[in-house]
Amino acid sequence: MPESSKLLRMKNVFIEGYSEEQWSPIIKGVNVKLDRGEILGFIGESGAGKSTLGLASMAYTRQGCRISSGSILFKGKELLGASTKYLKSIRGTRIAYVAQSAAASFNPAHRLIKQYAEAPVQHGIMSFEEARKNAVDLYRRLLLPDPEHIGYRYPHQVSGGQLQRAMVAMAMACQPDLIIFDEPTTALDVTTQIEVLAAIKRIVRQFNTAAIYITHDLAVVAQLADRIMVLRYGNLVEENNAREMLANPKEDYTRRLLSVRTLREDKDLSLTEKDVILEVQDVTASYTGKDHVLEDINLKIRRGRTVALVGESGSGKSTLARVITGLLPPITGKVTFEDQELPKALKHRNKKQLQLMQMIYQMPDTALNPRHRVSKIIGRPLSFYFGMHGKERDKRIYELLDMIELTEKYYERYPSELSGGEKQRVCIARALAAKPDIIICDEVTSALDQLVAEGILKLLQNLQNELRVSYLFITHDLATVKAISDEIVVMLQGRIVEHDNKKEILKPPHHEYTELLLSSVPEMDPDWLDNLLQKRKESISALEV
Amino acid sequence: MAVFKLLRQSPISARVGLFMVLLNVFAAIFAPVISPYGETEVVGDVWAPASKDHLLGTDHLGRDLYTRLIYGARNTIAIAFITTILSFVVGIVMGFFAATLKGWTDLIISRIVDILMAFPTLIFALMVLSVVGTSVSSLIIVIALLDSTRVYRLSRAVAMDIEVMEFVEAARLRGERIWWLMRQEILPNAMPPLVAEFGLRFCFVFLFIAALSFLGLGIQPPTADWGGMVRENAGAITFGIFTPLWPAGAIAFLTVGVNLNVDWFLHIASGLKDL
Repeated sequence: MPESSKLLRMKNVFIEGYSEEQWSPIIKGVNVKLDRGEILGFIGESGAGKSTLGLASMAYTRQGCRISSGSILFKGKELLGASTKYLKSIRGTRIAYVAQSAAASFNPAHRLIKQYAEAPVQHGIMSFEEARKNAVDLYRRLLLPDPEHIGYRYPHQVSGGQLQRAMVAMAMACQPDLIIFDEPTTALDVTTQIEVLAAIKRIVRQFNTAAIYITHDLAVVAQLADRIMVLRYGNLVEENNAREMLANPKEDYTRRLLSVRTLREDKDLSLTEKDVILEVQDVTASYTGKDHVLEDINLKIRRGRTVALVGESGSGKSTLARVITGLLPPITGKVTFEDQELPKALKHRNKKQLQLMQMIYQMPDTALNPRHRVSKIIGRPLSFYFGMHGKERDKRIYELLDMIELTEKYYERYPSELSGGEKQRVCIARALAAKPDIIICDEVTSALDQLVAEGILKLLQNLQNELRVSYLFITHDLATVKAISDEIVVMLQGRIVEHDNKKEILKPPHHEYTELLLSSVPEMDPDWLDNLLQKRKESISALEV
Repeated sequence: MAVFKLLRQSPISARVGLFMVLLNVFAAIFAPVISPYGETEVVGDVWAPASKDHLLGTDHLGRDLYTRLIYGARNTIAIAFITTILSFVVGIVMGFFAATLKGWTDLIISRIVDILMAFPTLIFALMVLSVVGTSVSSLIIVIALLDSTRVYRLSRAVAMDIEVMEFVEAARLRGERIWWLMRQEILPNAMPPLVAEFGLRFCFVFLFIAALSFLGLGIQPPTADWGGMVRENAGAITFGIFTPLWPAGAIAFLTVGVNLNVDWFLHIASGLKDL
């Protein structure tokens, strides 16, 4: 095949970013080839340079970055050094970009259809009326409900998954040759993710559009990509046909990304069956006083066990945590700790009651005061609960740092001098400092990269074995749940639909909703999505017959 | 040292501004040393032109203008500084209280502030000062109270943004009292915008005092202050004598200096980077 028939060819591309008064390399000489109709997956952890490289395919860089050398040929024409006018004419028409957060990418003040039509009308490709007709057609193909009228809604009037699909439609508006998808499903629930993945897969095939799919989730990219490139620190680690890479990864790094996470050996649960430390009884709660966010919740947490609380966003998982901690006093029901009823509101609880329950948050960036040093963050609970001071306190801080596998030099640091994983470890240390019986972990790994998250989960695991602390683990990530939990609680619309030991929950037959959740977790199998959609279609048609 | 690093990276405008402010501060601190005459000493003719003995000439009573300018810096800057500090303490404490306690506390404080802000500041100050009398302490208290309403609005808004962060929730869950939340969790994070606002407010207060003095309700003669000096010598301008322009120029000089610094602080606080 002659070189010019390649749709995109990036040769030896170097990209630099400006920070701390100097240019440092982000992408270090990567080659990318892409044919028409081919889907290429970029995979890597944050900071690997995958988004930067994706954007570079339209000769664009984020502010503070520059492409320092290399060549980017799109349809045989060099984009580096091409005129701004030419670049403008192809961006949005020949090459389109779908961002991670559709909610942030749409202008909330305009209707979807108006934003859809903006690019084609402005580039003079079609009139608004034609664009509208095309939009309806695309909305239909993307399986959006009511395709005739959905375009006349404002972004806040459609759901997250629908918005992401509307964004895909917008990218398809000018029938581009290449679409760059930058983590389009990362912010979505598993069940919604399926819809968007299926829609993307369908439409890209139908129009024979080439695509670059950027993600940190190998299982997701496995469903779509023909070829996968694994990136790390701006270098290419491995490139191969998707099926071959999954079946036979060559590099160690790829293998680590692929490895299925099973951290927890099944414990003998009978020992702790009677040892209930926290009990939630008949709790109903609401933020406004009227609409109940939680309805009739009953939950037991036993000593030394991990209870995973799963459900989609809006199912009331975090609200339950707020009720347990006392941040949101329930309307009815009670929370008891070892036969002692806890006051409903936080301000009525005493130090002892506060100390036994600690919390770890999803975003370590906002959970640590940026103006406090690590020593103060970890040291405050020590002096607050136990009145420790001076040397005694420092000794304990060093012990805690050791427990979270950080060295003594972290004592002096500010949160901004820590990586994401280290910050989360400091959050864990802060919780441990109080010597709690229960730690509530609210999506603690979802903001972290896969390998870092694994480290955190392992740490939590070890700490539990050592300290016999119980975890209430709130998450929407079922892979994590499978990896670490003893018991699983499934929540849907403010109610608990299923609660049992992990083995029982994961063993069919499932509750309908549990089944949906479980089957929606992408697997490292390129045919998984197709098979799943096929199966779901069959079951629907079976119902109709 | 962080301060020196910051200074080294500062733009030229900030350095000029810093120099202008420091010059004033120097004059204020060392007034008795560097001024050739006493503050209220009559040493020459009325409105004498500049000469070797009187660098800037004399004022309407024959006092040395250069000396009066230096002492004016002392009085004006000191009073403005104390007033601004007081207004910030009151405003920040109230603002943080409202933001952390919310509910009724917030509602009541905010409505009181709204009422205070509904009156034009100058008229309100004139009214109160003519009732309680124009001593330096009442001047400071009245202006500080009026000014703290503005500080309150800013610090409440800033604190509300910080208050919803998870580290504040974590501190609440730990059982921390409101004083800790305000001082340890919120205040350090609210510093940058508040520091920038401090510079700006300082300017306003100082202009406000000058305006009050000009109207005769500020710092009382024979104490030297720039606003009062403009008023006392205002008549000279009709004779083509530009004596009142000197104190007016001093007011402008300090205002510009402080503002150059404030611009720089705001620039740092907003986190904008030059590329």
